[in-house]
Amino acid sequence: MTALLRTDGITKAYGGVQALNGATIALEEGTVAGLIGPNGSGKTTLFNVITGYQRPDAGEVWFGDREITSLSPDKVFAAGIGRTFQLTRIFARLTVLENMLIAAQAKDKPKNVLSWFGKDAWTHHRRHAMELLKFVGIERHADVLAGSLSYGQRKLLELAYVLVADPAVILLDEPAGGVNPTLINHLADRIRQLNTEQGTTFLLVEHNMEFVMGLCSTITVLESGAAVVSGPPDIVRTDKRVLDAYLGVDLEEDPR
Amino acid sequence: MSESPTVSKSPTSHRAATDLTPALKGGGLLALLAIAIAFPQVFTNPAVTNYGVLALIFVTAATAWNIFSGNSGYISLGQAVFYGSGAYTMGIAARDWHLEGTTVFALLPLCAAVGAVIAVPFGLIALRVRRHTFIVITIAVFFIFQLMAFNLASITGGTSGLDSPFLSWPAASYNTPFYYIAFAFAAGAIAIAWLVRRSRFGLQLRAIRDDEDRARGLGVKAMRVKLSAFMISGAITAGIGAVWFYYLNQVQPQTGFDPIFDLTLVLMAFLGGYGSISGPVLGALIIEPLTLWLNTQPQFSGGALAEILLGAIFLIVVLFMPRGIIPTSGEFITKIRMRGRAAIIPATTMGTAAGAPSTPSVTSGGAR
Amino acid sequence: MTQEILRAIIVGILVGGVYALMAVGLTLIFGVLDIINIAQGVLVILGAYLSYALSTKAHIDLFVGLLITIPAMFALGVVIHWAFIRRLRGTERTAMTLLVTYAVALIIEGILYKIYGADNLALSASYTATSVHVFSFYLPWIYIDGFILAIGLVAVIYALLYRTKFGRSVRATMQDETAARLVGIDVNRVAALTFGIGVAVTAAGGMVYGATNAFNTNSGYDLISRLLAIIILGGMGSVGGALVSSVFMITVESVVTIWYPDWAIVVFYAALVVVLIARPTGFFGRKEVRAQ
Repeated sequence: MTALLRTDGITKAYGGVQALNGATIALEEGTVAGLIGPNGSGKTTLFNVITGYQRPDAGEVWFGDREITSLSPDKVFAAGIGRTFQLTRIFARLTVLENMLIAAQAKDKPKNVLSWFGKDAWTHHRRHAMELLKFVGIERHADVLAGSLSYGQRKLLELAYVLVADPAVILLDEPAGGVNPTLINHLADRIRQLNTEQGTTFLLVEHNMEFVMGLCSTITVLESGAAVVSGPPDIVRTDKRVLDAYLGVDLEEDPR
Repeated sequence: MSESPTVSKSPTSHRAATDLTPALKGGGLLALLAIAIAFPQVFTNPAVTNYGVLALIFVTAATAWNIFSGNSGYISLGQAVFYGSGAYTMGIAARDWHLEGTTVFALLPLCAAVGAVIAVPFGLIALRVRRHTFIVITIAVFFIFQLMAFNLASITGGTSGLDSPFLSWPAASYNTPFYYIAFAFAAGAIAIAWLVRRSRFGLQLRAIRDDEDRARGLGVKAMRVKLSAFMISGAITAGIGAVWFYYLNQVQPQTGFDPIFDLTLVLMAFLGGYGSISGPVLGALIIEPLTLWLNTQPQFSGGALAEILLGAIFLIVVLFMPRGIIPTSGEFITKIRMRGRAAIIPATTMGTAAGAPSTPSVTSGGAR
Repeated sequence: MTQEILRAIIVGILVGGVYALMAVGLTLIFGVLDIINIAQGVLVILGAYLSYALSTKAHIDLFVGLLITIPAMFALGVVIHWAFIRRLRGTERTAMTLLVTYAVALIIEGILYKIYGADNLALSASYTATSVHVFSFYLPWIYIDGFILAIGLVAVIYALLYRTKFGRSVRATMQDETAARLVGIDVNRVAALTFGIGVAVTAAGGMVYGATNAFNTNSGYDLISRLLAIIILGGMGSVGGALVSSVFMITVESVVTIWYPDWAIVVFYAALVVVLIARPTGFFGRKEVRAQ
């Protein structure tokens, strides 16, 4: 079964630091997959390359049967790959609803110049946006300036954002980072729901092991810019290479 | 579905900026409108209506500035490029086509169009760079235009500038038609500002202001959007510059392209509330009459004290009312109203990520 | 003709060096505080007036007077930063700092106007009118002296930046303010001192400017526009860039003046525009993110 999204030998360096070194991963359709690895293993860089925010020095990114390596972020987004950011990048001085509307207008080509100024274009989008805000649970803050949301709420807003375009694949960059436990569960529920009901494929980068192990059906481990292991949580958890990657010692010499 | 976390409802920081202030603004604007229309009928003294004409000219210019800079976040210090170009266009066209009297007013659309046309290459160059560089480019282009006005003497009249065509209106009521024309421009500019604000176009501009790269990533055609706003701003400014030229009957390079003009617009917008629609209006209505009045006082004329005072006003506004008078007074009023209410519990603090990221959970297999 | 061109180039380099000194101050302020100090032009003029006052009232030699004016301007810079700039934060910081520095410029200009009026002045000393015979033309000594002074001070600043602990803090803050804070650098102190240094150089620049040009209270506008164009071209925040770009721009202008005296300054700005089309970050600028 060909993977829905895959990378092939991605290499990327910046000024002496080899961030990615032949990273090859595959994401099967309909899965909730996790991408883990120690700090500096290249996870966010890989996301940036996939979503077009950065160009790789070598390697390719494939989405279905289409190569998307050199597409710009808005084209990647239009192709059906959505992505959230580790440091939430929301439009702080727009309201929550306005933030959603900006995400919505990407998919919508105005018919003529006048519709640019008209309000009707918005009604359908407004409804859709409110539905999504309700889905993630922050609909009552729709008219609040996004900049005043708490960190956890911003994460939810980012998720709602991504959902506006109804993407086939969603890349989540540390969705559980810095978020309180209630919210983490809420997030996990939403992801499961989207995956089951809409068949959305997910790839998460995370440090929170509990979150990842509990949610993902497949986990890929990145170390020093390359994938070292990939498989279901139980296998990955006990794989020696993974322990080496995180611990950095040879277990045989230092059994605990 | 699990309950969503609460967020503090403290209105001073969390309400959208328009929340409390519409009542304040709506009423104020209506009153201003009525006063504005009646003004020249009530105060027929030309010395007084002069204040009105110039104030409205600046209301227009400040609003035009805000349409672009307030929404996009790109601070333009080059509006004088359009203002002076509009003035000179009218002067040159009237001279070369031998127009005079009221027919000259028919040139206004041309002058506005010239402003829009200039905005295209200007914008294409200037809008590709980041914010600080943008400001400097607008200054550079401004100086280029001022110098061209000085140097291309055969077209622009050089240092002596241009005189406007003859207008045979009686002195007593000379100002009145100018007043209403300026008023029409001001009202039109405000209407455009309002339309832009509530439109999809305006939303895209404001998203660009907050995070341009993210906006691009979401499909906003940033250059197109910025350039359009720049052109609108340029057209309006050029148009009102032409009106100003005809009103004062002359233009020279240093008056048509005056660096203080640009900074005054910024101050006006900030005084009233940067980014809002009524902000520049209020700012212009306060500062322009004040400046004019100061220049008539003997101890202030000749420049020095006026400059010092202007500088001091700048400092006070920026340091103590950084969001401008209207938002600050809106917040002030809200604070007074909120005094009786109970304190609201602030938003739940974010917890640290549950589960340490590294080793133990992997080996112990515990975290299920 | 070639003699004229040669002279223009030499004068351009010499004068460019002096502009470099003032531009370096401006670009340092930008690099560390992320603000455009519009008052820099007027501060140069203030430096010129201070030198004027010292030389005419107290009969202190122009160069010797710098021992007073440089520390005085440094102190002024620190005070301005402490009083007005330090507390500017928030989303509209760019516009606000623009207004504040412009306000300071207006106030200083107003005060100078009150004291000195609109008359043109020039600094003079026994050596400002003498020249040295080079090739077939004459080069006023003051240009050479000023150049040596400027280069000397730029070298001092370089040494400060690259050989002292303070300099390292400055460079770290320029790179990444948050990271600098994290490693314990007192960013506020660095900012205040940098602003002070940026203003202090205007004392020297002002003296040379005043000795080579007639000036009055309005001269600041022309100066600041040139300085801004220079630092943009050189790359904002780049000290080396400011040096290269000053010498380059002033030399080009100097040469163009031979044939088109009226248009030379337009060439100056046009060069800026042309370079920015090709390379939006200037000669040595860093590629910056567009979001504020």
